[in-house]
Order: sequence, then structure tokens, then C-alpha cells
Amino acid sequence: MVETVRIKTMMPPGHVRTPAYLRGKTGVIERRLGEFANPERAAYGLKKELQPLVRVRFSMREIWGDAAENPDDTLDAEIYLHWLEAIVDDTEGSVDAT
Amino acid sequence: MPHDHHDDDFHHSGMSPSGHPYREDDDHPLTYWQTMEIAMRELLIEKGILTPAEIAQQIDEMDAREPANGAAVVARAWVDPEFKERLLTDGSLASREMGYDIGAMRLIALENTADTHNVVVCTLCSCYPRNLLGLPPDWYKSRSYRSRVVKEPRKVLAEFGLSLPSATTVRVHDSTADMRYIVLPERPNGTDGWNADKLASLVTRDSMIGVGVARSPD
Repeated sequence: MVETVRIKTMMPPGHVRTPAYLRGKTGVIERRLGEFANPERAAYGLKKELQPLVRVRFSMREIWGDAAENPDDTLDAEIYLHWLEAIVDDTEGSVDAT
Repeated sequence: MPHDHHDDDFHHSGMSPSGHPYREDDDHPLTYWQTMEIAMRELLIEKGILTPAEIAQQIDEMDAREPANGAAVVARAWVDPEFKERLLTDGSLASREMGYDIGAMRLIALENTADTHNVVVCTLCSCYPRNLLGLPPDWYKSRSYRSRVVKEPRKVLAEFGLSLPSATTVRVHDSTADMRYIVLPERPNGTDGWNADKLASLVTRDSMIGVGVARSPD
């Protein structure tokens, strides 16, 4: 089943591992990686908090719009679950994740 | 003799006698982080947690890691389909099996095929599979590579000498968190019957980052 997700648009300060160019963009979960320490806490020696980490695949069309070099090329990135919101409507922005 | 020092060229300005610009001496105060590194290292030694020899040995081990490790993994995957399966399923386990432990990180191997080309970047810093490829090249850490390859990968690859047909799908992988990536390039034609050692000589560092392909045997 294709799971479509959107990256939250929040802009918190600190050691954030969600690149700004992907915020607000919609992609599909390429694979689930298990749980890892949330770097936003780990970087400051705060109590370890495990977060599920997934690989999200975006189309270049979704990220760059008309400026995309080749709209059907893709970009994958590892994103922690607290950065994702589920999308129910699966009609736009999805790419083949197989 | 070009490397003799005379009073009149002591300041090393302009060009050397052999026509190269002098590299500027690093005669400047320590930066904040350089001071921090020295303080940390000296404390660890003073408190008996590490010895200078252990630190030097660790630096030696880091320097000894080189792309030949990754090339051995790729070549084995080319000749051993079961190993390739294990590598694609769990890259960390498969590389550990060959003696290249990735430590706390996880390894994902990305297979290039006739219609898919993979390329790896770390836009946020310089994440790199050092256990398999050694230290990253300077360009991998440059702002130019990091910002451009996610937006115009085909143009960047062309600058590396790799022009891909539009029918090939380019997949860029941004190494944003706990995974490290190695590209499994396609096995070159004309290598039937080659053993893994011989094949490894065709596997370049750039082909495992994805900015190139494996060498052709001729």
C-alpha cells in the first residue's frame, strides 16, 4: 500500500535533520527503517527519545515544480516520524515506491 | 635550486621560483573548535581515559580506510548473487560479513540497473560510508555539490563525465539521518569469467557515490 505523507512546514531552531527544501512537500514512504534517537534531543545530551525513521521518496516535480530538471526523477530522504503528516488523498505528488 | 631559502623570498608572497603561488601559512590564532579539540584531547589523556598512542592509532585506522573496501563489496555482489541479495536487504550485515563494520550507522546499498541510476549526497553536512570508502572527497562536502545535485543531478553528473539518457530514471538519495549509502554500479560488459579481485579493479570511488560508473575493461 502506498502511504503518502507531507513534511511539516515548521521551522524549529537546533540540530534538525529535515532539510528545509523538503518542508511542505508530499512524498511516499519508500521503506521503514526502525527507531532511532531523535537528533533534535540527542545533539544536546537530552534524555534519549526514540523516533521511527522512514525513507520518503519525492518526485523532482513535487520538490522543484516547473524548475525541475526532469520531473520524473526522484529524491529520497530519511525523515523522522514527528516531521510527517499523513495524507489521505492519494491523487497528487505520489511516485512509484517499488 | 628552487627550494633554497633566501632572505629576499622569505615572505613567500607572489609566485615561487617554479611559478606556483605560495600557500599561505596558517599563522592565525586557534579557532574556538580547535581550542575545544585540544582541551578535550588533553583532558582525556590526563584522566587516563585514552593514551596519545591510542589516539594516533585511531587516526591511522581512519586514514587506512579506502575505496578498495567498497570495491571489494561491490565486486563480491557481482559474482555472488546470494551475497548481493543480502547486501540489498541489509547492507550493514553484509559489509560486516566482509570485515567492514559500519558501527552505529546502517548501510543501504542502492542498485543501478539498465533504467535506474542512483547518486548519493548529504545536503546537511558530509555523511559518507567511511568504513567502505574512506574519507569523502572535498567536492562531496562542498556547498556547490550538495545544493546542486538535488536540483539538477543530470547537469552535475554530466560535469563528472556521465551523460544519462532521458529514459534513465535518476534517483538522488539525501543522506539526512542514520543511514549511509553505497551505490552498487552495474557490472561492465566484457567481464564474463572475471573473479572478484579482478572485477574490484574496475570499481571506482565515484561509481560507488553514483557520480560515475564502473570502468570498462578495455
